[in-house]
Amino acid sequence: MSTTDAATDPEVDEANSTVMDTGDDIRALDTIRRGVHFSPELKEGVWGTLALAVLASVGQVVVPVAVQQTLDRGINGPGGPDVSFTVLMGVAAAAAIVLTSWASYAMTTRLFTTSERGLATLRVKAFRHVHDLPLLTQNTERRGALVARVTSDVDQVSQFLVFGGLLFVVSIGQVLVATVVMVIYSWQLALVVWVCFAPLFLSLRYFQRKLSDAYGTVRRQVGLMLSAISEPVVGAAVVRSYAVEARTQERIDTAISAFQAASTRAQGFTAFSFSLGGVSAGLANAGVLIVGIWLGFAGDITAGEVLAFAFLVTLFVGPVQMGTQILTDAQNAIAGWRRVIGILETPADLVDPGPDGRSLPRGPIDVHLDAVSFSYPGGPRVLRDVTMDIAAGSRIAIVGETGSGKSTFAKLLTRLMDPSEGAVLLDGVDVREISQASLRRSVVLVPQEGFLFDDTVTANVRYGRLGAPEADILASADALGLGDWVAGLPRGLATRVGQRGESLSAGERQLVALLRAHLADPDLLVLDEATSAVDPALEMRIGRALERLMSGRTSVTIAHRLSTAESADEVVVVDKGRVVQRGHHSVLVGQAGSVYAGLHSSWVAQQGR
Amino acid sequence: MTDQQVAARGSTTRDGFAVLLVAIKREPWIFGVSTVGSLLFGALTVADAWVLGWSTDHVVLPAFDQGKVDGSLLLAILALFLGVAILRAVGIVARRLGAGVMQYRMQAHTRRAVTRQYLSLPMEWHQRHPTGQLLSNANADVEAAWGPIAPLPMAVGTVAMMVIAIIQMLVADVVMALVGLLVFPAVVLANLAYQRLASPLMTRAQQLRAEVSEIAHESFDGAMVVKTLGREPEEMARFAAKAEELRDVNIRAGRIRAAFDPTLAALPNIGVLVVLSVGVSRVLSGATDAGDVVTVAYLLTIVSFPIRSIGWLLGEFPRSVVGFRRVSEVLEARGEMRYGDRSATAEGVGAHVTVENLAYSYDPEQSVLDDVSFVVEPGRTVALVGATASGKSTLTNLMTRLVDPDGGRIIVDGTDLRELAAGELARSVSTVPQSAFLFDDTVRDNVALGADVSDEQIWSALRAAQADGFVAALSHGLDTRLGERGTSLSGGQRQRISLARALVRRPRLLILDDATSAVDPEVEARILAALRSDAGGATLVVVAYRKATIALADEVVHLENGRIADRGTHRELLERSPSYANLVNAYEQQAELAGDMP
Repeated sequence: MSTTDAATDPEVDEANSTVMDTGDDIRALDTIRRGVHFSPELKEGVWGTLALAVLASVGQVVVPVAVQQTLDRGINGPGGPDVSFTVLMGVAAAAAIVLTSWASYAMTTRLFTTSERGLATLRVKAFRHVHDLPLLTQNTERRGALVARVTSDVDQVSQFLVFGGLLFVVSIGQVLVATVVMVIYSWQLALVVWVCFAPLFLSLRYFQRKLSDAYGTVRRQVGLMLSAISEPVVGAAVVRSYAVEARTQERIDTAISAFQAASTRAQGFTAFSFSLGGVSAGLANAGVLIVGIWLGFAGDITAGEVLAFAFLVTLFVGPVQMGTQILTDAQNAIAGWRRVIGILETPADLVDPGPDGRSLPRGPIDVHLDAVSFSYPGGPRVLRDVTMDIAAGSRIAIVGETGSGKSTFAKLLTRLMDPSEGAVLLDGVDVREISQASLRRSVVLVPQEGFLFDDTVTANVRYGRLGAPEADILASADALGLGDWVAGLPRGLATRVGQRGESLSAGERQLVALLRAHLADPDLLVLDEATSAVDPALEMRIGRALERLMSGRTSVTIAHRLSTAESADEVVVVDKGRVVQRGHHSVLVGQAGSVYAGLHSSWVAQQGR
Repeated sequence: MTDQQVAARGSTTRDGFAVLLVAIKREPWIFGVSTVGSLLFGALTVADAWVLGWSTDHVVLPAFDQGKVDGSLLLAILALFLGVAILRAVGIVARRLGAGVMQYRMQAHTRRAVTRQYLSLPMEWHQRHPTGQLLSNANADVEAAWGPIAPLPMAVGTVAMMVIAIIQMLVADVVMALVGLLVFPAVVLANLAYQRLASPLMTRAQQLRAEVSEIAHESFDGAMVVKTLGREPEEMARFAAKAEELRDVNIRAGRIRAAFDPTLAALPNIGVLVVLSVGVSRVLSGATDAGDVVTVAYLLTIVSFPIRSIGWLLGEFPRSVVGFRRVSEVLEARGEMRYGDRSATAEGVGAHVTVENLAYSYDPEQSVLDDVSFVVEPGRTVALVGATASGKSTLTNLMTRLVDPDGGRIIVDGTDLRELAAGELARSVSTVPQSAFLFDDTVRDNVALGADVSDEQIWSALRAAQADGFVAALSHGLDTRLGERGTSLSGGQRQRISLARALVRRPRLLILDDATSAVDPEVEARILAALRSDAGGATLVVVAYRKATIALADEVVHLENGRIADRGTHRELLERSPSYANLVNAYEQQAELAGDMP
């Protein structure tokens, strides 16, 4: 019967079990308490809303009382049927109905307002917090789960709060009110009703658990089915060219059948548990009449009172069935709420010193790595004890094989991650002490894949410096030698780039990313060079633009091509997490047998020259 | 949008019933069971009132009058109430479970049919339809189309119940029944008014939910950019604006609901009060008795609530009709690929490929390939080189028969591709696309794809694709799950798994469509070396940008705007074709340029 017990079954969310605090151990009441903490709006006027709810539920007993009064004093009155009394009572009851209807309106309105306001706050807070989570930068395939946290999970909580939460309280209130009224009429008959419903109450927990399991299976099967269905769509070319249509169809059919079976099973449980209330009600009705007659002989009760009980029983059944339904929905909602709270309670990996933090002066930055080591949580060490200086204004290329740890440099320098040991210092200041505002102003990373928002080129470039006038954007384009490229776009700067920039080619997306970085005008530029091959003509443009972007700034490039290394002031060679060589290309390439010489010779062979 | 909705309202109801008729015809039995269940429920709900009325008149009131009661009558009350209740429970289970079974069965039928279409419709059709749309056709649209099945039996039962209740009221007392006749239509009208006022808001809320989700998707996708530029506050503001708009629409919808719920509850209550007032005077005049008053009042109370299900049914119609139409478009699409009956002949290890006067265009205005002819001898390697949009990828699509040419033909080992029986081509030709697709399955199944190959063969393919190292390091080796729900791999790793998938089949013709673009150059060099030795003998067609890949080819086919500009070895083309030299040398030029600048 209690929400607390019913909702504590561990709700394993496969999508995030490995990474985030799923909050599985938060109990239902605790979930609500913490939920209210994150959405303080939910508390506003809750007592007034409850008072209105009580008043509204009184409306439920108006009619049964009116029926009883009419029978006893109107129709079977001592002086025969009394029309004027009945009319008077009818008017009074109508007034009561109007009053309680208003209470119901006021209650529901307040409920919607506070719930929706509270949940909008929760949504926005969770969204903001997701951007502080470390996993985002590492894990592309879990993003769907994060989106679900701020969308469907919150929607579920909203459904529950608006249609369930208070209604559940109201239902319990109605059961209590009905019981009190019943006891006033006859405590013996009230006892009969409760005894008839006892088996239902006692079996409720069992059914809740069954239902919770059944719907958990349904949710898993939906996921599997959707992923099976996506295969012939997303992988259409592969399915066709490997002629695996039959195999794919079989996998889909299996998934569809499994989902169908799981849904049917869950529906069966729901239908059966729902029907139990009706049986209890029939039992209670018969019991009331039989015991009522027996009590009548003893003179304890009138015929009207016995009949009023029949109505009171429906009053009792309604909220009980409602409560059962709400408990089922509550399982999902509480689990969803728990997941959202789980996000909010996952500590942000990077602590922003905020306004107390230090600010970097403008002008090229010098970088110092002091005994920096890094390992992913539970993973092997990616960087080991790296100490290194990068002079202000110099141009560094970091090279190494895949998995050597070179990409980790980019993330540490831009403070996407903090080192496990040691410190990264910019202009002599530990990055952890620099305010995010200042850090993001002075240090810019151009990632491998230039991510674009579904908007115009202007809007995407302006992301580098919000509010920059269009003239500045054009000036950036000219400065990077991209003026003619911009002019050649179908609608110039106003060209829309499509979802994730997909209307542009990979190379063009890079160009927009470079424009964005130029507009941001950083003092330390960190580039993670793109590996994907693009049209050679475009490749050349990118190279030129990069060249101009780097001039006058400190730049660190994670180089995947040795041509980049050749043109750098200094090359840093990383191997198995350690810096093994440093110096100018011309020097390093001559060190026979070194890692760099090896990389270089394989690259030369590659280029076929 | 709303104007259209209003204009289409009349036909939406009709179309909604038409969609339901499709389901009823397909699953008549289960529909029958759930409807009978619902009717049973309805009849017994009414019977409940009758039992109460009967008990009042024949047992309770006489017992109180006479001060004694027959034990068998008490037993009758128990039997009647309990019997009615149990039968009613059976009705509920039959109705709800029946509706569920029917709904899930229809969903499954439709999903199977839709996915069969996806598998049989040609690539051209797929290219014309966005992925997101096709996924929602098979999922959300199917759900929407069969949405009204859930409230259907209840609505049918309710209509029957209303009719029975009205007849029963008429039998009890004509005057009181008239009151009931006013209340039921009033409830139906109030419901319709509610649907009408609330549904635009619901639609808007649904739209806003999609927009909120889009912003979250985009913002989380671009998290790296957001983070490195410190744009979190702006992203939050963008998200909050939409979330708040959604909040306001929800609150507005809530207000409407808040007004309607008590109204719907009050209508039958007021009806009961009127019945009581009228009833008293009727009893006074001897026209009716107290039992009838109780019966009519009770009927009003119990029948009014389920009337809402008619509103639910009608409310599902607009969504259902739209969903059904969208699904029908997929089901009615025609144009399966036709296959011949020849099987692939296999002599030697490599395939002989002849491309003859090949022409292809997506739209008639602009041809993608025009009069392309060349021959690839068994075991040779041909590189397709050209600028973006020169037609390279289309050519590989034609060679694997993802699409058929508008003119000309492709002959592999003496047989036109179109004459091969279904599935035959895949036995000799394997292709590796630029964007690797991984199934939601294990590494082993992703490589084997149902082919009968041993683990050793899989490992050797993985080795040739330079994927053995990272696969061995995965937590469960070959049994590690990949894809959406599994371990995430980098782009280059995905490409290498995809390459192993092609290699394990020992194809006679291997087509690589820029298949190693996301692989580090050093790793790519090793893959190419392995291909030369391991795929030894297979004919190789490679789309490439990188010089090393191109230099590996025995012959280069240089494509320009869908035509063959030149053919020959890499060296020959470099010497005699300035445009080819420009194309492949752009890379070095960039490097030199970088070196020249300060």
